[in-house]
Amino acid sequence: MKNILGREVPDNIKGYGKVKHYGGYLKSKGTVVKRSIKLTNMLPGDEKLYDNLDLVLDKLPLKDGMVVSFHHHLRNGDFILNMVMEKIAARGYKDITIAASSIFPCHGELVELMEKKIVTNIYAGYISGPVADAISVGKLENPAVMHTHGGRARLMESGDLNVDIAFIAAPTSDDYGNINGVDGKSACGALGYAYTDAETADITVAITDNLVEYPNTTIDIPQTLIDYVVVVDAIGDPNGIVSGTTQITKDPIGLKIANMTTELIKNSGYFKDGMSFQTGAGGVSLAVAADMKAEMIEHNIKGSFASGGITGYIVDMYKEGLFKSLFDVQCFDLAAIKSAKENSGHMTMSASMYANANNKGSVVNKLDVVILGATEIDTDFNVNVTTTSNGTIMGGSGGHADTSAGAKLAIIVTQLANSRISAIKDRVTTLTTPGETVDVIVTERGIAINPKRVELIERLKETNLPIMTIEELKDIAEAMTGKPKAVEFTDEIVAIIEYRDGTVLDVVRKAK
Amino acid sequence: MLRRSMLFMPGNNPGMLQTAEVFGSDSVILDLEDAVSLGEKDAARILIKEALKTFDYGTTEVVIRINPFSTPYALEDIDVMARLKPNAILLPKATPEDMKKLDEMLAVIEKEEGFEVGSIRIHALVETTYGVETVYETLKMSNRIESVCLGGEDLAADLGVERTKDSEELFYARTKVVNACKASKIDAIDTPFTDTNDEAGLLADTIHAKKLGFTGKLSINPRQINTIHKIYSPTADEISWANRVMYAKDEAEKEGLGVFSLDGKMIDAPVITRAVNTLNTARVIGLIK
Repeated sequence: MKNILGREVPDNIKGYGKVKHYGGYLKSKGTVVKRSIKLTNMLPGDEKLYDNLDLVLDKLPLKDGMVVSFHHHLRNGDFILNMVMEKIAARGYKDITIAASSIFPCHGELVELMEKKIVTNIYAGYISGPVADAISVGKLENPAVMHTHGGRARLMESGDLNVDIAFIAAPTSDDYGNINGVDGKSACGALGYAYTDAETADITVAITDNLVEYPNTTIDIPQTLIDYVVVVDAIGDPNGIVSGTTQITKDPIGLKIANMTTELIKNSGYFKDGMSFQTGAGGVSLAVAADMKAEMIEHNIKGSFASGGITGYIVDMYKEGLFKSLFDVQCFDLAAIKSAKENSGHMTMSASMYANANNKGSVVNKLDVVILGATEIDTDFNVNVTTTSNGTIMGGSGGHADTSAGAKLAIIVTQLANSRISAIKDRVTTLTTPGETVDVIVTERGIAINPKRVELIERLKETNLPIMTIEELKDIAEAMTGKPKAVEFTDEIVAIIEYRDGTVLDVVRKAK
Repeated sequence: MLRRSMLFMPGNNPGMLQTAEVFGSDSVILDLEDAVSLGEKDAARILIKEALKTFDYGTTEVVIRINPFSTPYALEDIDVMARLKPNAILLPKATPEDMKKLDEMLAVIEKEEGFEVGSIRIHALVETTYGVETVYETLKMSNRIESVCLGGEDLAADLGVERTKDSEELFYARTKVVNACKASKIDAIDTPFTDTNDEAGLLADTIHAKKLGFTGKLSINPRQINTIHKIYSPTADEISWANRVMYAKDEAEKEGLGVFSLDGKMIDAPVITRAVNTLNTARVIGLIK
């Protein structure tokens, strides 16, 4: 059936179950229940420390069909997911659900486990590399569930996704499971996603390559949440842990887009003392941060907080006094990791505090301006950051849908056309973020404002910005690129796009 | 027209030809000369021809830099490009002799194509010592000339000196070119600042040239456009002053006075002209409505 966004979503999906259809971004207001966690208590004399992962696995209640979870703070330098799954597979278990906050190219070994039906379900907020390609062509037994960062916290806190064992890569830990992410050779900074795993899984296993004397003096995840501590040689590759995306773009088109975006923010009514701001780690998003820094200094604007994944550029703004504090859910580079460790105003936050729609109020609710990217955007302002235009998974919402919902001004920055493909479509290939939460799109040739934002349109009329309708912007793009041929899909559903409240926005079908 | 910035775009790069006017420069120079290797000259000519036929550059002035007459490419460049009716041709290594030749060739092509004679304009790129010495003569050779652009890199080589950031070596050429341009009532466009990573240096160089009387600057990178425009656009203070001058003028006229003072200074015709120009420029840029 067609849901209210016009997307074809069945009422029931094999391998997923009954679908709760999207009803609107504020529709889920009400009472929610957190699941109760059963745990094995640790009494005086009990020990947690092991130097051998196999010894721990021997003790765990492993079974077919279990749900195991991992966090992605070690990004493309992660060793833990592969290490654990290799051992679990070797022990002959199958039909396993993996709940990984994100999956990267380094996790390519999972493809074989998918083909052998050892792994039959995947929950993730972002998937790229061989696993994404494999899911796109239907190699996973059941449809992958792609959620938002906040949605993962909701899934796990509510028990909609009951995690049996969480394997938590811990850059530093003491023998009792006090973990931090800022110390050690594999430091990754904030452990925002890992905190949720620790809090909600039945059994938690911390795996560390940096054991310190008890007690660890910086504690991101406390001992009360950890069942086992395992020491290994290396939990990840430091070169892969730091994202390769924390450089301002040098591309003049990207810089122009950043310029226009900053001009727009300045005139939006939100550019004032106390403002809060979030931007991504891509080249153009960072260029906006650089421009905003110059403008805030020039106009003497003191913001309240910057949030999100934190980069050195945001840290610089904090050090300049442009933001009173930082809310950090993950660190993208070494400068951010160092700041998380040293600066008291640089606060780490869990994924739930960041973006969960089903708690008593997450940080995204207090956000003024957010800068986001897009692969595609359609004339209803719906955004796709999950698939390419030919239907292959190459990303996922991450915090996209969460911040769009929460922010007073959600701005999408993108080149109008890339490799001769227009970014603006009649309908997005996959719907990741609903248009009712997206306010503006900025491209190098023009800016389109969501018609619902009447006051914003009024305010920006007085500027020299090239404001036009999104249809006009699409026409300009198509004049350059021509109208693309429609991609054809089979009926086979390979992934489900879940909104922050657990309703289903859209599905990804296998391309013909 | 407003000509604060003229941005060079290599003629053999389709991506850049497509996005040329996105960067907001007042003019774009599609280049057949220095940006294009010898083996690519004919391909670039074809590409620019197709670009001009396909893309709408809006209000941006489209200028084609042809190869100099000393090369085997110039005649074909002019023959192909002029028939596409660009806004202007940029003549490199400009001298009085070459300017006369170009002017005559354009007249012939305009008549053949049925264009209004004189409609294709010329920018003179002065970049040799001989070109600097004879710049005023060059300007007398054609009615099409919109500006003299200074080519500092080639000029420094011709002078046998090092090209430096403080550009002392260009002082004579700069002031001579500015003087000739003002005497001929045309634009004077300064040489590009070639270190694209040095924002402070670009700012200083642009301010310096403006002080000498240049009305705009050549640019080799889109990132430079904003800075150049900032310097060549009226500041808020200048606009406010111009408004006050016009107001005082209106008040004086009501009382039948031809000359009046503002802030203790006498305001006569040249000052009023400056105020009017400031407000016109501000209006065109969109600084005032």
